[in-house]
Amino acid sequence: MATQNQTVTTHGGAAHGSAREYLWGLFWSVLLTVVPFAMVMVGGFDTGLTLAVILLCAVAQVFVQLVFFLHMNNSSEQTWNTVSAVFIVLIVAIVVLGSIWIMNHLNHNMLMGH
Amino acid sequence: MNQMSIPSPEPGYTGYVDKEHHHDMAGDTLLGFWIYIMSDCILFATLFATYAVLSTSFAGGLTPTDLFDLEFVAVETALLLFSSFTFGMAMLGAQQQRMAQLLLWLGITFALGGGFLAMELYEFYHFSHEGAGPTTSAYWSAFYALVGTHGLHVFAGMCWMIVLVVHMLKDGISSTNFTRLSCLSLFWHFLDIIWICVFSMVYLMGVM
Repeated sequence: MATQNQTVTTHGGAAHGSAREYLWGLFWSVLLTVVPFAMVMVGGFDTGLTLAVILLCAVAQVFVQLVFFLHMNNSSEQTWNTVSAVFIVLIVAIVVLGSIWIMNHLNHNMLMGH
Repeated sequence: MNQMSIPSPEPGYTGYVDKEHHHDMAGDTLLGFWIYIMSDCILFATLFATYAVLSTSFAGGLTPTDLFDLEFVAVETALLLFSSFTFGMAMLGAQQQRMAQLLLWLGITFALGGGFLAMELYEFYHFSHEGAGPTTSAYWSAFYALVGTHGLHVFAGMCWMIVLVVHMLKDGISSTNFTRLSCLSLFWHFLDIIWICVFSMVYLMGVM
């Protein structure tokens, strides 16, 4: 696995990359940035579809950055990095989605937003 | 009276890196820094949540559709994206103990970060001038808090780069300096990830 994606893991979980890996990361990042920007700038697409594309590209690009630039992988040395990241994703989801959910209900009950 | 004798440190003892345990120590430092970055994620999560909740609270004032210029934001995004790549190249230079390559790519990264920050400050100035300052409405307060906090992080990263270059010129690419560079690398790529969320949620969804 390590030789396949050109990643050498040393320094207790801090993996090293290669120029090829960084170039691939750049390629995917540019692609996943250009697509949502182009879609919004050209305009005329269905709002729901545009929203879905923006969100999908953002999530995909976060993963691209984690894999190609931060060299996250499933090696045992990185267990704690991954565990803490998963925990933080949970907290972030609770904070962001929870806030939006609660405040929307509050707005609705107070008959605001009109 | 009991007399405790504390042995004086050997010459050259710096307080942290023990050569024999270097790899584990560097790993601990990086994991610790990773956990700091995770806590920074929570800071940004609260700012994103605030922004999302206040995303329509314009108080009858200007809206993002009136002001946001996506071409401008696309250039900003490109600067930060390429700086993530150039930092990677600087890391490769450090790994191969090539000081010239490290300094060149770090310099390019610094310039790209500076360009991004200059554009962001110009944008803030422009928006305020048009009548959408931080005190205009709840929406604009949340906007400046979120985008401004990201900008402050970029500024901190650039200051860190200067300090690190001084260290590098003084001690060369030592193992301690390499660990420091690895931490800064995590920080810089993290800022890029936050910016992905900012341009998606604030700019693209703002003018959609």
